[in-house]
Amino acid sequence: MIMMNDICKSYHVAKRNAGFKEACRALFCREYETIKALDRVSFTIADGEMVGYIGPNGAGKSSTIKILSGILTPDGGACLVNGRTPWKERVDHVRDIGVVFGQRTQLWWDVPVIDSYDLLKDIYSISKETYKHNLEELTELLDLKELLKTPARQLSLGQRMRCEIGASLLHGPKLLFLDEPTIGLDAVSKLAVREFILRQNEEHGTTVILTTHDMQDIEALTRRIILIGKGRVLMDGSLEDIRRGGGNIDQTVARLYRDYDI
Amino acid sequence: MKKYTSFFRLRFAMGLSYRAAAWAAVSTQFAWGVMEIAMFQAFYQAEPERFPMTLEAAVSYVWLQQAFLALFAAWMLEAEVFESIKDGNIAYEMCRPMKIYPMLFVRALAMRVSRAALRFGPVLLVASLLPGAYGLRAPQGIDRFCLFLGAMILGVLVTVAFGTLVYGITFFTISPEGLRLLVTSAMDFFNGAIIPLPFFPDEMRKVMEVLPFAAMQNVPLRVYSGDLAGAAAARAVILQLVWLAVLVAAGRIVMARAERKLTVQGG
Repeated sequence: MIMMNDICKSYHVAKRNAGFKEACRALFCREYETIKALDRVSFTIADGEMVGYIGPNGAGKSSTIKILSGILTPDGGACLVNGRTPWKERVDHVRDIGVVFGQRTQLWWDVPVIDSYDLLKDIYSISKETYKHNLEELTELLDLKELLKTPARQLSLGQRMRCEIGASLLHGPKLLFLDEPTIGLDAVSKLAVREFILRQNEEHGTTVILTTHDMQDIEALTRRIILIGKGRVLMDGSLEDIRRGGGNIDQTVARLYRDYDI
Repeated sequence: MKKYTSFFRLRFAMGLSYRAAAWAAVSTQFAWGVMEIAMFQAFYQAEPERFPMTLEAAVSYVWLQQAFLALFAAWMLEAEVFESIKDGNIAYEMCRPMKIYPMLFVRALAMRVSRAALRFGPVLLVASLLPGAYGLRAPQGIDRFCLFLGAMILGVLVTVAFGTLVYGITFFTISPEGLRLLVTSAMDFFNGAIIPLPFFPDEMRKVMEVLPFAAMQNVPLRVYSGDLAGAAAARAVILQLVWLAVLVAAGRIVMARAERKLTVQGG
């Protein structure tokens, strides 16, 4: 159960115009702009739900995921994930969650993937039997067999992403946060990843929050969609609510962004 | 605890896989050692009575320093850690059920120990075979050797605690470059990496000897040859313990603040 209540987060960003003169001026007098990344964001997600979290670039999607994973402290508001405040009880909280940041890597660069996995086993104190079982299941579903012996640096983006997703699920988390998990994947890998996420949800009742720009991910995986723009929740509904205008989903979403002026 | 030892193991195994780097380092360190000893000998021959250590002590200082360079070298801060703070990959480390401070500490320790493990053997072997005044003498007495080992372990821990504090501060400055430059220059100068502390003018040396930098390689390298012995050695070791406690406490405070105020960079 995830509950977000009036979460706010703003960043200070140093801004200046282009050019050398401006750069010199900024040495002495720097202008900061406060950007409201999240402005009173509230939602509740029940156990076992699959939620698509969408919005244009810079809408605050990643900030929300970071707050939910306990690595970012918001300026205000309350958040409870399974009864815990993520950033206050970070270490206990993260035992129950799995996170995939599509643009980052958690695998150790110079050693075979399986070494990274073995380390995760110890970090999460996964028992031998559970680890063996989970690893076998993940290896089969994500087709990792050949990849596990390869050093992470020699994997292609799509292969690496499959390993990343595997790594985030080794400890069998109840909650899964996916921040653009299909970025850069080819068609086959995309389908495999989607299929896999669906099965995780069906078989293990994993709650999934997914941010993506790929509307087909959303169509394939989620029934509920939260639309965020300029740090505010603009819409919380089903795929049908978005589809109401008819037509292709990308166009519909683009129109939605324009309508909300975000 | 197991998670930290596994972390150590993996980082250690990774360090062992860079064989070419180790061979290159061994030859560099050997050449550097010979050059330094030639320099010290020239000084010694010019004016032996004003030479603040025995020549033998200076020679063993140089050889041990070269052999265990990876344990104490100021510049051996992990670029990967700085990089991950800068680009936000540290986010993953923070999603783990581990405390950040001990994790970074263990990681830095493993990196230094793994690098040293591949290097100290060949350098020590060759140094002990060298003739006369150029060579490294066998340890004098079991007591002194034990004290040397103890002081070396403490020295490494102080060095790592200092480095981990620097990582912690980087969370606030974001760009590591300025800080890293400042810290490595200060460390090299004050910890006796460039010139052993006894060679500094008395007034300056007295101040330098109580700084945390003197609790790093200065103590073990001088204890080995007996340049630092008796009450002075005991004082130095106690000071190592004090600085270790202070640096670890400071590092934990900085890291705890960073965890709360931190912004993970990038989307």
